[in-house]
Amino acid sequence: MTRVFNRRETFWLGAGLVGTAAFGARPALAKNDADEAIKKFAGGKTPAQGKVKLDLPEIAENGNTVPMTVSVESPMTEQSYVTDVLVVANENPRSGVVTFHFTPASGVAEANTRIRLAATQDVIAVAKMNDGSFYMASKQVKVTIGGCGG
Amino acid sequence: MAVKPRIKLDKKEAKKGDIVEVKALVSHIMETGNRKDANGNTIPRKILNKFVCTVAGKQVFAADFETAVSANPYIQFKFKATETGPVVLTWTDDDGSTIVGEETITVS
Repeated sequence: MTRVFNRRETFWLGAGLVGTAAFGARPALAKNDADEAIKKFAGGKTPAQGKVKLDLPEIAENGNTVPMTVSVESPMTEQSYVTDVLVVANENPRSGVVTFHFTPASGVAEANTRIRLAATQDVIAVAKMNDGSFYMASKQVKVTIGGCGG
Repeated sequence: MAVKPRIKLDKKEAKKGDIVEVKALVSHIMETGNRKDANGNTIPRKILNKFVCTVAGKQVFAADFETAVSANPYIQFKFKATETGPVVLTWTDDDGSTIVGEETITVS
């Protein structure tokens, strides 16, 4: 995925570089295997944008507990329903956040939990439908104090 | 360790086809395995990795938690009321132990 940085993001990117230079001994945060996790989940298919709604705060003051709601547009009948939703975060020490498993008995494909985010990053949700199609949504969360004991 | 989860249904009595919301909170450290103690030793991972909810014996919702789920995991989800029965919520720990909570839904 190519990303175009806006002015504010470029500033933080620059600040990050300065920070890394100042604390040279500290290893730079490497991207984790979020992309591979999505590929594995989607079985090589590219998920389409849409249908999935990811509700997260713009700015999380405490990365240890960030409320997250995922909902997917679906009639949730035996004929058409959401089976699984994978949530990953691309700058955490490990990419996996949570996987929700729905059934037609869920009635509504919506779940809420609280997650840990180590740094400012994108959270990505990928939904798998019972017909084998995939949909995704992502949202950037700015984290003031990181979770994961970092 | 006897942990008692806190479970709340938004309605205990529902009409058939109603959507019932479940909120549940369980006390657990959710240790990531990334942290180190004062002596520099890694604190071993200990999380609840699996959550399942059944209503009248039928699974309605499940979730696999990873280390990125906060301590004292909170979960909120919905299910469609179809029959009267117990709503059983089960969390499975890394060590195989389980935490179980139960409520009852009455469907008219």
